Amino acid sequence: MSEAYAAPDPKELRDHQIGGPELTARLAKTWGTEKGLLGALSTVDHKIIGRRYIITAFLFLFLAGLAAVAMRLQLARPESRLIGPDLYNQLFTMHGTTMMFLFAVPVMEAFAVYLVPLMVGTRNIAFPRLNAFSYYVYVFGGLMIWVAFMLNIGADVGWFAYVPLSGPEFSPGKRADIWAQMITFTEVSALAVAVEIVVTVLKQRAPGMTLDRIPLFVWSVFITSFLIIFAMPAVMIASTFLILDRLIGTHIFNPAEGGDALLWQHLFWFFGHPEVYIIFLPATGMVSAIITTFSRRRTFGYLALVLSLIATGFLSFGLWVHHMFTTGLPQLGASFFTASSMLIAIPNGIQIFCWIATLWDGRPIFRTPLLFVLGFFFIFVAGGLSGLILASVPLDTQVHDTYFVVAHFHYVLIGGAVFPLLGAVYYWYPKIVGRLLDERIGKWHFWLAFVGFNVGFFPMHITGLMGMPRRIYTYLPEMGWGNLNLLSSVGTLVFFFSFVVFLWNVVSSAKSGAVAGDNPWDAGTLEWATSSPPPPQNFDRIPVVTNREPLWAEREKLPVATGLSVENRELIVSTVTEARADIRETSPEPSIWPLLAAIATGVTFIASIFTPWAVVWGSAIVGVALIAWFWPKGAKEDEA
Amino acid sequence: MRLRIVSIASLVPLAGCKGWQSALDTHGPGATSLEKLFWIFLFILTVVWILTMLGLLVALRARRDAATDPLAVDATRERTMTRTVATLVGLTAVTVLALTGFSYAYQKRLFDRTENVLTIKVTGHQWWWQVDYEDEQPNRTFTTANEIHIPVGEPVRLKLEASDVIHSFWVPSLMGKMDNIPGRQNVIELQADREGVYRGQCAEFCGWQHAHMAMLIVAKPKAEFENWKNQQIASASPPSDDAQKRGEQVFFTSPCVMCHSVRGTSAGGRVGPDLTHVGSRLTLAAGTLQNTRGNLAAWIVDPQRIKPGTNMPLMQINPQDLDLLVSYLEGLK
Amino acid sequence: MKLLPFIICLGFSLAACEREKRDFRTAPVSEESQEKTALVSLSPGSSPPEQEVSGKARSFEGNAYHLSQGKRLYAWFNCNGCHANGGGDSGPPLMDDRWIYGSSLENIVQTIREGRPNGMPSFRGKLPDDQIWELAVYVRSMSGLEPKAAAPSRNDDMHPLPSENRMPPSSPVPGGSASPSATAPQ
Repeated sequence: MSEAYAAPDPKELRDHQIGGPELTARLAKTWGTEKGLLGALSTVDHKIIGRRYIITAFLFLFLAGLAAVAMRLQLARPESRLIGPDLYNQLFTMHGTTMMFLFAVPVMEAFAVYLVPLMVGTRNIAFPRLNAFSYYVYVFGGLMIWVAFMLNIGADVGWFAYVPLSGPEFSPGKRADIWAQMITFTEVSALAVAVEIVVTVLKQRAPGMTLDRIPLFVWSVFITSFLIIFAMPAVMIASTFLILDRLIGTHIFNPAEGGDALLWQHLFWFFGHPEVYIIFLPATGMVSAIITTFSRRRTFGYLALVLSLIATGFLSFGLWVHHMFTTGLPQLGASFFTASSMLIAIPNGIQIFCWIATLWDGRPIFRTPLLFVLGFFFIFVAGGLSGLILASVPLDTQVHDTYFVVAHFHYVLIGGAVFPLLGAVYYWYPKIVGRLLDERIGKWHFWLAFVGFNVGFFPMHITGLMGMPRRIYTYLPEMGWGNLNLLSSVGTLVFFFSFVVFLWNVVSSAKSGAVAGDNPWDAGTLEWATSSPPPPQNFDRIPVVTNREPLWAEREKLPVATGLSVENRELIVSTVTEARADIRETSPEPSIWPLLAAIATGVTFIASIFTPWAVVWGSAIVGVALIAWFWPKGAKEDEA
Repeated sequence: MRLRIVSIASLVPLAGCKGWQSALDTHGPGATSLEKLFWIFLFILTVVWILTMLGLLVALRARRDAATDPLAVDATRERTMTRTVATLVGLTAVTVLALTGFSYAYQKRLFDRTENVLTIKVTGHQWWWQVDYEDEQPNRTFTTANEIHIPVGEPVRLKLEASDVIHSFWVPSLMGKMDNIPGRQNVIELQADREGVYRGQCAEFCGWQHAHMAMLIVAKPKAEFENWKNQQIASASPPSDDAQKRGEQVFFTSPCVMCHSVRGTSAGGRVGPDLTHVGSRLTLAAGTLQNTRGNLAAWIVDPQRIKPGTNMPLMQINPQDLDLLVSYLEGLK
Repeated sequence: MKLLPFIICLGFSLAACEREKRDFRTAPVSEESQEKTALVSLSPGSSPPEQEVSGKARSFEGNAYHLSQGKRLYAWFNCNGCHANGGGDSGPPLMDDRWIYGSSLENIVQTIREGRPNGMPSFRGKLPDDQIWELAVYVRSMSGLEPKAAAPSRNDDMHPLPSENRMPPSSPVPGGSASPSATAPQ
């Protein structure tokens, strides 16, 4: 089946006029990235940027992991003199901040940037230059806070940075400013990616990919993008308020002048709780993708899964107060948030049950990705359930801000996001690199991670109940927490070591792993329809989707849509619900200006830590960069 | 004096046991009911977790017919699955509802208020606790630090405030925590059912010495409590021997007086803990050191080694003067 | 590429460390620094007055932590009692550019440690040496003599004045900054 949907311009070469290797080569030239440094810095290919994003995020994971190792060494015995309070406070702040803002959110977005265009069958992400810009802004933000840390200007007020501790009086110097400005960097980049994903999913799906044929991973990042768009402005306001208080002496958080210290907590957690779901929802998409492929059965309860994703998204905005149960809010109001926090167990329950049902009815194949998903069930369900203890106002007064909470959210975030993510790496690595990761090392990795994690973090539930608060750099020997903490440290070290194994697997398999072929797992979604790694154009001809799992439905030959230009970067824009091919649209060419604009933005942000006037002259240089970026180039369609 | 020996004696065995500061070894109605609620939650949640894992195991069981088309779906099986999942979701909703109900019932009980009780204002400072006992008669109010004595078997009301950053008052064996927030006042009530010393600790990150910001709750019979209170209301006892007299001189000519007050003398600093009866306290440096002569000297000489970043500065003092100063402070019973 | 942060780190480490260092336990603890300062630029003979400073100023000037500690001590030790919030009351104002006994950090340290005629008490022995330095460096920030990026910002209390990091440096007064009383015999 082949449909030409637009009257071809006779002067222009179109993809139905040629075929085979010639078409592939010509499209690759049109969509390719120039060689050399300039080419590398100007690229707008979502795969190249996505790959950089993933690698950078994992680099930050390792840095934050090292910070965690240092903390665990310090806590391994009571009254240890290894690390003083000043460095310890910086370490746990860097650990939390990096994990949340520089690893978890970006890595999920990174996978979305790489995979979403492939999964929806288009040639590039929407707004590819914005995509490049977002990556550079993210890198600058991450570099800034880590370079500052190495210069002893590391933020030391916790990743939550409660005022007044992070305010002007109690955090002298630039440490807290660096933290607050890093938030601005990651906000800008996260919002940019969110907008791209929303537009790509709504308008660039392959013909025939109606709303109910969108892969679940795409659904999950689509909904996550909306969460980002609604949640990030809250923390943007909060961090801006903080900088204003610190830099120009406003009194927004100063109770003596009519400000309010609790305002910070409301704003921060109004973002902070959806943030957890921003990390978790893409992971559920990964779980869905892996379970479907390795169960050899299409997902049970697709509609229920999508609806529970949406429900989780909505509910996640009504939970923030459960981080503030001990601040003395009115009791009735607090108990409302108990109810809403408990309620979110229902959509999550639906997801868990649907996945188990899929496995039950399928024929599971136990490869490493599925192992990680099984680890996800074991750990995440435990973490989710301990969350119900935290959701209860009275119980929270005992466990809030103790190691019980530390255990809980590591169960939720590592179990709920990192394990699926590692599964996803094993699953999609062949697509990205072209070679499979080693299964044997992969199984070692899984078991080390699984055992190390549980040995490391389970005892923290108990230390928390035994009265150990969070964020303490040491504790007295007579508290009786020493042995459990030592056990935690040992477990955490094993867990960290499992990542070294993982790194070894990733590096060695890139050279010597088994060649993957297009579809090594016999999966059903579109990203497996193209070669591994995919060519710059993703698909020689845009596939036409007739089923939720197109590669399972059309095993012989995927139907395609033709008529796109071979010489120009054209892609299909389709209708929102039914994904009927609508118009041809030109996708932007590579440009160096996103990088320059990101540099201008970075300079502005960093300078505005030191003087408010940077906002004034900074907007001028950012403006110049943006004008150059958007300068009309006289594309074909503009001339027509 | 007798009192102090009793307290110290009870402190030593407690130090090793988990009742020292644990939400699972409770000695007051608040914490006990919370512990009960915790076990209810834990039981239900464990059952749910085990059932889910069993379900997963069953799903992974080794029943595998020959490979078929992954898209082919058996309509009857699909219907069974839909029903099962719907039932499970229903059960989840019921469980969640039950847990919410339990939670709300205990919450109401936990935050009930009684009238006409002993009221104590607890102010969090970086990194110690100021304790002000209130009374209708202004001359029966007094200030102490890091140690709250309460009568056994009576509810006590605590008004929680903070002078600098947010702290959180938490004595797990007696009651859940509540934050001390600048510009606000929070109130909790707690009660100790048994005589003893209960340790509490700041639970909200408050800077460098968050780890060493503890306080003790000393619960004792009403009569003993009243004795203690009368003793605390009194001004500092004048130095009794020569060493103490000379120690007092050292105290008043050294930087100590810039920050600390000793009621009944000209020392009126408001920055550090009130030292009027420092000799009668069980611990030093906000629950960090036992109150012994050696520890006291160590703390004066090098506070920055024991609590790096604390506001107590390093100061110049020669060994003889230190000895005298310690004698003086020890005498402030 | 990965080297980049380290190169940047090396390049700037010295300058930045100074500003952000938190020194809890300066060594040696028990020493009082020796400063020999001049109050006026006049001296008998052709050479300028002899000065000898300990160099301790380097770890205090421009250090955000010490500046902020100084600000707290200023309030705790009731400097406000005479100097108000720097505006001056029975004591001279501290936020202008008129320095009776010199504006260098060592001079201010000596002023606090030794006391000055007409009411300024001596704090020798009452304050540990480091706290005197912290107070002195804070006093300098009140008139904009410390870098803005390190000077304290507002406190969490009522504010009669803009904070030290918003303080405009006062414009120089023609003919030197010392008041006539400073040069008069005492």
